[in-house]
Amino acid sequence: MSGIPHDHYEPKANWEKGLAKRLPIVGLIYDTIMIPTPKNLNWMWIWGIVLTFCLVMQIITGVILVMHYTPHVDMAFASVEHIMRNVNGGWAIRYIHQNGASLFFVAVYLHIFRGLYYGSYKAPREITWIIGMLIYVLMMGTAFMGYVLPWGQMSFWGATVITGLFGAIPFIGEGIQTWLLGGPAVDNATLNRFLSLHYLLPFVILGMVVLHIWAFHTTGNNNPTGVEVRRTSKKEAEADTLPFWPYFVIKDLFALAVILVAFFAIVGFMPNYLGHPDNYIEANPMVTPAHIVPEWYFLPFYAVLRAFDSEVWIVIFFNFISGGIIDAAFFGVVAMFGAIVVMALAPWLDTSSVRSGRYRPMFKWWFWLFIVNFFVLMWVGARPAEGIYPYIALIGSAYWFAYFLVILPLLGVIEKPLPQPATIEEDFNAHYGKDDGTGGSSAAAPTPAE
Amino acid sequence: MFAKLAKSTLVAAAMTVAAAPAFAAGGAGYVENYNFSWQGPFGRFDQNQLQRGLQVYTEVCAGCHGLQYVPLRTLADEGGPGLTEDEVRAYIDQNFIEVWDDDLQDWRTATPNDHFPGSMLENAPDLSLMAKARTGFSGPYGLGITPLFNGLGGPEYIASLLTHYTGTEREEFGAVLYGNETFSGGYIAMAPPLWDDAVEYNDGTEATVEQMALDVSAFLMWTAEPHLMARKQMGFTAIIMLGILSVLLYLTNKQLWAPVKARAKGESSPAE
Repeated sequence: MSGIPHDHYEPKANWEKGLAKRLPIVGLIYDTIMIPTPKNLNWMWIWGIVLTFCLVMQIITGVILVMHYTPHVDMAFASVEHIMRNVNGGWAIRYIHQNGASLFFVAVYLHIFRGLYYGSYKAPREITWIIGMLIYVLMMGTAFMGYVLPWGQMSFWGATVITGLFGAIPFIGEGIQTWLLGGPAVDNATLNRFLSLHYLLPFVILGMVVLHIWAFHTTGNNNPTGVEVRRTSKKEAEADTLPFWPYFVIKDLFALAVILVAFFAIVGFMPNYLGHPDNYIEANPMVTPAHIVPEWYFLPFYAVLRAFDSEVWIVIFFNFISGGIIDAAFFGVVAMFGAIVVMALAPWLDTSSVRSGRYRPMFKWWFWLFIVNFFVLMWVGARPAEGIYPYIALIGSAYWFAYFLVILPLLGVIEKPLPQPATIEEDFNAHYGKDDGTGGSSAAAPTPAE
Repeated sequence: MFAKLAKSTLVAAAMTVAAAPAFAAGGAGYVENYNFSWQGPFGRFDQNQLQRGLQVYTEVCAGCHGLQYVPLRTLADEGGPGLTEDEVRAYIDQNFIEVWDDDLQDWRTATPNDHFPGSMLENAPDLSLMAKARTGFSGPYGLGITPLFNGLGGPEYIASLLTHYTGTEREEFGAVLYGNETFSGGYIAMAPPLWDDAVEYNDGTEATVEQMALDVSAFLMWTAEPHLMARKQMGFTAIIMLGILSVLLYLTNKQLWAPVKARAKGESSPAE
């Protein structure tokens, strides 16, 4: 795989040869974990392992939770309390699953931002990027449906608001919404199908993860310089790379252990910090919460959704030319999904031939503004839609779209990139050659020389 | 007792229906940052306080409110009020706790495996999870920094609500609402439930309104999070084990990469 010259698995014992002839699984696993990996990967390349761990952790805890959970509107809330009180260690499994979703999204956002900064989405890794975006969308769907299952107030009203988005689609929306809910409103049918899909989608994600890994194992990893591994000879390739096992596995496991310390501090000492108190009140269709807020990881897109109200000129414009078919609600829905679509299209919108943001002096500023803007949108998404907040949301949403649709295409034309190192080996030696040999963790620095 | 009480409280229920919309309103008023024994990573429930809180709950709150998710037997669980199993049975007998039995089609005396009765009054919310269903602290500006230092403040909210009646009253749609600095909107349908010496504590603690409010808030924190102490224990164990694992992996990683980095400096590595 990966076109990088390296040693392959050679079956030696008779049984190994026999197995390889019938099912070459050992060779497949060997080539996968021994893949030549650029040796200059920094600490932003650990999130893949963290994400894989999260997926497995969520599946295992989820499978256990479902053994004790009852998907019925009259019993779901009580069955979660049963898990929290009576099931041995149930509280731990449930809190890990609940906060595990947050860890999952922390990791996926950092993973995506890593890709955006170092140009990991650029040719030849567009397929990896697109599959990653699909995984991200599936994750959001899974997390949303999982949040409905405890059948608290925010579960119920969150489900009502989000499925209502589909109702905003002209002509066919109401039909789609009814079809999604299994009835005219969020009810038992909704709860049942959400459990079914919440159980199914993680395994779809698992399959997509295999494709994701397969795709970047075919192209080889990107790296902080964005310079490709030399494939001209095995000697040169070995100067640029190290095998994934043990060098990167151990490094990633170290990072994972540190992250899990923080994770278990949250699970052990403040497990409800990231949740909403209203979800400890059983769902009640007769009582609407004062503020319906999604979980933190949806807030940036929730802000985009709400930013486009009927007083924004672009909404008025589209409303006018479509003869009223496109109203503010539908425009908001299109904007929210559009925000993810433009991100998925980054490989074709970014015109710069330089991959890594390290060598793009202007891009850097716009990128960090994009990150700041992401957090501003997250913050404003939880604020009430009144006063100055809708304006902040609107400016933030405009920047999100401008970043992908205007800034990335233009920068490639007007920006004068800095010189890139000729090889990965050169970058690595420039970094560690001046080092005293102890600063392993300083590899995260964006410039090769410190 | 609970069953009969239901009938006698029907009238009160009818009177408080008007207050229902207030239940949904968010944005609590004033919440005092009380210090509770379980706060902080090393905090533990005070068993005596939980028992006093159980007494306040039983003699005052249970008249209207319920604890439908809490099994009676858990009163004897580790990390809780710590009653003995005999004391749990005595508690059931002394308080005439009855539950509806679907098989008998009648009320019967509860067993330790039954739950506390639910609310007697439609508008008196169940209190099982109230300490987690309310927050006292948020912000500033939605940034969630205050709760990092003060905690989420559910028990503080309950204690503040019980101690911050203003003494004013207002009539709305025929129901009397009582001024309260903590309750959102400033008026609550619940009359001030506590007065000095409303209960007589066995351990000699003086039953001031604030003391009872703090005790019952502590008890409700336990009903909402009965495994709180086990949870903190797990947190410590996990952090220590993972901390050790982190150090070991750090050292492994350092040794693993040392020859690679030495080569980068142009030195011959000791491993070769």
